[in-house]
Amino acid sequence: MAFNYDKYLRVEKMPTLWCWGCGDGVILKSFIRAIDKLGIDKDDMCLVSGIGCSGRFSSYVDMNTVHTTHGRTIAYATGIKLANPDKYVVCVAGDGDALAIGGNHTIHGCRRNIDITFILINNFIYGLTNSQTSPTTPQGFWTVSQKAGNIDPTFDACKLAIASGASFVGRETVNSPKKIEKLITQGIEHKGFSFVEINSNCHINLGRKNKMASAMANLDWIDSITVSKKKYDTLSPEEQLNLLPTGVLHQNKEVAEYCEMYAEIQKAHQGERAKITQDDFAKKI
Amino acid sequence: MSATREVISTGNELAAIAAVDAGCTFFGGYPLTPSSEVMHVISDLLPKIGGASIQMEDEIAGICCVIGAGMSGKRALTATSGPGMSLKAENLGLAQMAEVPLVCINVMRGGPSTGLPTRVSQGDIKQASNPSHGDYRSITLCAGNLAECYTETVRAFNLADRFMQPVIVLLDETIGHMHGKAMLPTVEEVKDGIVLRKTFDGAPEDYKPYECEPTAPAVLNPMFEGYRYHYTGLHHDAMGFPTEEIETCRKLIQRLEDKVMAHQDEIELNEEFMCDDLTGEEGEVLIIAYGSVSLAAKEAIRHLRADGIKAGLFRPITIWPSPANKIKEFTDKIKNVLCVELNIRQYTEEIERASSRLDIEGLYKVNGRAISPHEIVSKVKEVF
Repeated sequence: MAFNYDKYLRVEKMPTLWCWGCGDGVILKSFIRAIDKLGIDKDDMCLVSGIGCSGRFSSYVDMNTVHTTHGRTIAYATGIKLANPDKYVVCVAGDGDALAIGGNHTIHGCRRNIDITFILINNFIYGLTNSQTSPTTPQGFWTVSQKAGNIDPTFDACKLAIASGASFVGRETVNSPKKIEKLITQGIEHKGFSFVEINSNCHINLGRKNKMASAMANLDWIDSITVSKKKYDTLSPEEQLNLLPTGVLHQNKEVAEYCEMYAEIQKAHQGERAKITQDDFAKKI
Repeated sequence: MSATREVISTGNELAAIAAVDAGCTFFGGYPLTPSSEVMHVISDLLPKIGGASIQMEDEIAGICCVIGAGMSGKRALTATSGPGMSLKAENLGLAQMAEVPLVCINVMRGGPSTGLPTRVSQGDIKQASNPSHGDYRSITLCAGNLAECYTETVRAFNLADRFMQPVIVLLDETIGHMHGKAMLPTVEEVKDGIVLRKTFDGAPEDYKPYECEPTAPAVLNPMFEGYRYHYTGLHHDAMGFPTEEIETCRKLIQRLEDKVMAHQDEIELNEEFMCDDLTGEEGEVLIIAYGSVSLAAKEAIRHLRADGIKAGLFRPITIWPSPANKIKEFTDKIKNVLCVELNIRQYTEEIERASSRLDIEGLYKVNGRAISPHEIVSKVKEVF
């Protein structure tokens, strides 16, 4: 029997306002399957989204949902999670949202290692607002703000997340919905900040001006720039250039989760334990 | 509230203690002189009672996490000063739009920009009326003495839940860092006076959080209790979902205005000091001042009266919405009106609007130093 998405969807909001063939729908469905597989009660989860096409994600899932200001998903989610540490909190944000205007919160969410699952939908462009350059737009691509070709260097969001201290980091693409489902499942199961990047297509506002006007052409391009971590690790640095590894890229189960550590702060203030010292942490300075 | 217990403390510390006594369980903020002591104190108090205090990566994150906690149903506080208010402005707008209660303390310092970080000012008065873009009514309270750092913070939490919106409490550097004796209400009295947000307890399918009477706030149940709806900064419908439907948009923004202005009597609070014998006779002087300046004004009035000048103080404690009717009543009666502020005419222009008079005298100071009683006395003798 086909999977029934309706019980997690606000069906009256369908169809979505995403373009035909947009990868966001694939991610939405994969996310729902992951929630169902984990058996999470939708009343126990809060989904926080930002601004952009991905921002509408929160309108469509039947949960406690928050559509925040541009770039601030993690900051809102941190308040919700720290005030309600026994609940699940998930963020969904785009590449402009999470890596440009909200870059600081991304860094510090990772560093704090608070138990939030952060889903970065990276379509390499500002899609909703008609093709402005994002921090992941490849150099040389046409954008409406750099019509002679984008000169801004890109960066690898997963490397940023690992360097910033996220204890779970992974990447998949909309070409592999089952793998997205698995990665999101692992991310939610992981206790700590889980950074999940999904590479998605925007054939309308990235593709049309960059020789991949159809969804299929855009997906082929995503396929051409991604490779499994297993294979990636066998490549030379020259071969790795311009390729993005997929799969679970980093996981550290030893590092302390923020809300759990805050519970220790509460105990210390309530006289139930001594003050926190460096001995309380796996990694010492 | 009655004043029945004596404490020795500072304004910033009293504000933090008041928040906890008023039921606040979440603080999020960023260090900003001269407000940081609020965070220093509350970060010790909250974990003791099972609450949480977090120092975020910037001012924006500070207000955002507080809005998040407020959305989830907690009483939440942030504290900052002018530069932080400027950074928090956009998200204060979201809290106005989505009707999320929270309290934001602004301990004013010299501005604009980085200004005078450790020196006093009242330069954020106008900003407090509309920190963010768009139409809404800010509720702003201004503590005029140490005890009010406590009582106005308590009142702010109750007003935030009553009107479902952020409430700004203005302290200034002088009063935030002032150390002295204050008479406070008992904790029991504060707890008895707590007015929590209204919630809906019917069937979830009948719940429409943003469908309310034209002058009523939204009814927002805490998260995770089976009432699922949507928060957004966009114009939204009865369930909180984005809409551009013309009448829904108009009604929403009109309601943000009317829910406050139709109930101003529940918000307005003023002090009239030595005003009882002001009858409108020739030579009487009305001083209008608020915040720490009012302390100097009171001393000045004592001196003026000793010199035979009949003077009184009108002090708005609720700064926004302004007590326009009361200002009109006073300024209709008394000819000689002096507005004393640590800025240039920021509230005087509101006095002019309310009084329909353009002959309001002013004493303004913007060099980061307090105004002394002597300066006020001299000004009164000079201009009237």
